[in-house]
Amino acid sequence: MPADDTRTPNAPTRRSATILQVEEVGKRFGGLQALSDVSFTVQRGQIKAVIGPNGAGKTTLFNCIAGNLAPTAGKITFAGQRIDGRPAHEIARLGLARTFQNIKLFSGMSAVETVMVGRHPQTKAGFLPCLCRLPWTRREWRLSHKRALELLDLVEIADHAEKEATSLAFGQQRAVELARALATEPDLLLLDEPAAGLNMYETAELGRLIRKIRDQGVTILLVEHDMSLVMEVSDEITVLNFGQKIADDAPSAIQNHPEVIAIYLGEDDAQGT
Amino acid sequence: MRPYLPFPFLLCLVVGVQLLTQWTDTAYYLTQLTMAAYYALLVIGLCLLMGYAGQISLGHAGFFGIGGYISAALTTHNLAGVDNSLIRLLERLGLLAASTDMFGDPLLTVHPWAAAAIAILTAVLVAWLIGGPVLKLTGHYLAMATLGFGIIIYRIALATPFFGEADGISEVPPLPLLPGLAISGDFSARVTNYYIAWGLLALGLLLLVNLIHSRIGLALRAIHGSEEAAASVGVDTAKAKLKTFVLSAAYAAAAGIFLTHYNGGIGPSEAGIMKSVRYVAIVAVGGMASLWGALLMAVLLNFLSLRGLFGTYDDAVFGLILIAIMLFAPDGVLRLGIAARLRAWRQAHASR
Amino acid sequence: MTLELCIQYLLAGITYGSIYAIVAIGFNIIYNTTGIINFAQGEFVMLGAMTAISLQNWLPLPLAVAGAVAVTMLVGALVEICFIRWLDRPSVLRMIIITIGVSILLREAALHIWGDGVYALPYFTGNEVSSISVLGATISPQILWVIGTCAVIVITLNLFFKLTPVGQEMRACAANRTAAILCGIDTRNMVTLSFMLAAGIGALAGCVVSPITSSQYDGGTGLAIKGFTVAVLGGLGNSAAAVFAGLLLGIIEAFSVSVMPLAFQDAIAIAILLVILFVRPYGLFGDREAARLQEF
Repeated sequence: MPADDTRTPNAPTRRSATILQVEEVGKRFGGLQALSDVSFTVQRGQIKAVIGPNGAGKTTLFNCIAGNLAPTAGKITFAGQRIDGRPAHEIARLGLARTFQNIKLFSGMSAVETVMVGRHPQTKAGFLPCLCRLPWTRREWRLSHKRALELLDLVEIADHAEKEATSLAFGQQRAVELARALATEPDLLLLDEPAAGLNMYETAELGRLIRKIRDQGVTILLVEHDMSLVMEVSDEITVLNFGQKIADDAPSAIQNHPEVIAIYLGEDDAQGT
Repeated sequence: MRPYLPFPFLLCLVVGVQLLTQWTDTAYYLTQLTMAAYYALLVIGLCLLMGYAGQISLGHAGFFGIGGYISAALTTHNLAGVDNSLIRLLERLGLLAASTDMFGDPLLTVHPWAAAAIAILTAVLVAWLIGGPVLKLTGHYLAMATLGFGIIIYRIALATPFFGEADGISEVPPLPLLPGLAISGDFSARVTNYYIAWGLLALGLLLLVNLIHSRIGLALRAIHGSEEAAASVGVDTAKAKLKTFVLSAAYAAAAGIFLTHYNGGIGPSEAGIMKSVRYVAIVAVGGMASLWGALLMAVLLNFLSLRGLFGTYDDAVFGLILIAIMLFAPDGVLRLGIAARLRAWRQAHASR
Repeated sequence: MTLELCIQYLLAGITYGSIYAIVAIGFNIIYNTTGIINFAQGEFVMLGAMTAISLQNWLPLPLAVAGAVAVTMLVGALVEICFIRWLDRPSVLRMIIITIGVSILLREAALHIWGDGVYALPYFTGNEVSSISVLGATISPQILWVIGTCAVIVITLNLFFKLTPVGQEMRACAANRTAAILCGIDTRNMVTLSFMLAAGIGALAGCVVSPITSSQYDGGTGLAIKGFTVAVLGGLGNSAAAVFAGLLLGIIEAFSVSVMPLAFQDAIAIAILLVILFVRPYGLFGDREAARLQEF
């Protein structure tokens, strides 16, 4: 499918407002500079992709944004608030959700329970009310259960709601993770290589799903290797190489960007559009 | 409702056992069953911490000791003749209890209820203070730090005259619950106390079952599964672990208080490392993340141990159990195959 | 405090500190090859001393000590073969619980063999009243035996790891287990060997210190927790730092007696352990980033 950057989202969001601003962010591990001076912005309602060869620092960047790592330089602003260096759970509560490249599900939990964990920021019951099983905690629980089933339906694995999440097929596990992230009702969703391990058919389905999620008002930032998916869904693409940003543009422009072509030369994915 | 199904069975079993001992004239078993129930109260609290939140504690006998020792010391320390503003204030608040000792001399002590409250609050406070830094640790470090905490409590009990040093504290009065109902080791109240102990245990278990099947229980299991993923959906993992630690410490302290009043005393070995290790062993045998398994094993093993079945090999038996479980059935004996078979059966039926 | 008293405390501190250091090195040897903290390390020390005390009824002292070291090494090997060897990638929690179980079994076995009496080996030279004078302080010659033996153990181990092929293979196994396997090193046997080594040096330390401290079946736990404190203080796996940390803890403990009741002496070591764990879990000399790379 040809990339088409004239596509406009029909999501009910303000196109102009910046939701995420990454400014001159750097991350150093001992002697290794994993990221240096990376800046870009994500607009509300956008689908933005971060691409780059292996070891370019994409996942490090994600971990800095989501609070799993603290950047050693620069500034990250999410919905008007500084978030760099804040703990992951606080950032999640501000409305920024993520999935993981190597799926991280909770062993021993069913799919629907896993998604219900994602309802944590939306629910309130603390230790004491839960110990006493107060009626309102049960109402909250039932609501969470209902919403979790809806989300499993959205990612099309409602049939497997009661099965242990870690026992599902690979693609279904990714779907559970996606539903869990959506359960936090995020404004911005970070997807870390969502198509890894999926076949062509499943990847196409995923592209459709990503757009469906965006159309419900969730801004999406994804790291991805699969160029067909990236070119198909993204509004804008940021290219990283060796921890530095080398391009930030619309898909069609990225495809003709000489430096990007040089990096991807030989990778057939780059011509796969 | 499914998690609550075993409760009626528990009720039947408790009543059934009591009736059985009555008919067979073996009511002396009730004493050990009562004590085992209080130990089980501690064990289910530890089970929540280890099996659900995934944090090991080798110092839970320390919290048991804090609860038992503080309530014992306060309810036996004679304040008669001591006259200062604090005592007068306590007296005016009705927190002191006057009686006479066996020689007929006046005895003025802290009321058992006030003592129990102070004991629980102390345990909670201590757990809160050490829990913050301790729970940041993982693996061997967490194990050693909690072990170290347990040893410190043991040493304090052993070296402080106020806590009776090596002799411990005896002559602890009963703990009145309702008019006419008190936790005491009195021979005539044996049946009543059996029901009190099992009632308290069932209540403690009910609260934990509630917790596990709630938003918090889900969050704890999530932390056990993957802390990073739990944090990514907004779970404050450090806070949840700390609160669980404090809750399980409160359970341990409550068990210590109840058992001390039942036994009429407490000795330093109750706060020792071997006890802590034993509790961990029981949780492991019960299957880590299984409150009912922990309950069953706690009652069974403590009952057998209290009956003296293991003789001088008491500690060795628990050591052997620990090794055997960890080598051959790290998921606990109750799950050996049974759970897998159940799952296969359920899936076979679900797919039909 | 007079200078004589100071030196007295200092030497007592160094004596105990050397033993802690040996226990810590025992922890490190096993930790380096397996990633396991062996909670039964203190029991090896106890076992060595108790065995030597029994053997000494039939054998001259040097042979009794050698026999005790051999027996304890055998026990160390048996522990590894029975409980550790055949576990495939066990979790940390599982290993903690197994080694705690082993420590209980060893302790209970000792209780049934020797009872709960307190025994001691005779002084290696002289007797309990013989003394030598160091800078005005009177000390037992046994203290020199302890310090000397510990020094010899540390130096010999160093040479063993640096110079002998087996020692080098053990270091390779510690540095990168997979690579060691690929180089054709039998890592399983290296693990058994590390348990034997740790048991052996623990037993030797137990023997030399027994005349001063006496031995009892339950003496292992206290030593284990202090040895662990020292190992953590120096940074897990770092044996050179463990020697320094051991002496430090020993001296702190010895001087604490002058301000604190004796009963709380153990509590001091543990309090230090807790503070170190909270503040610098990677050790006094460790590196925060490096510690994070370890499997914890």
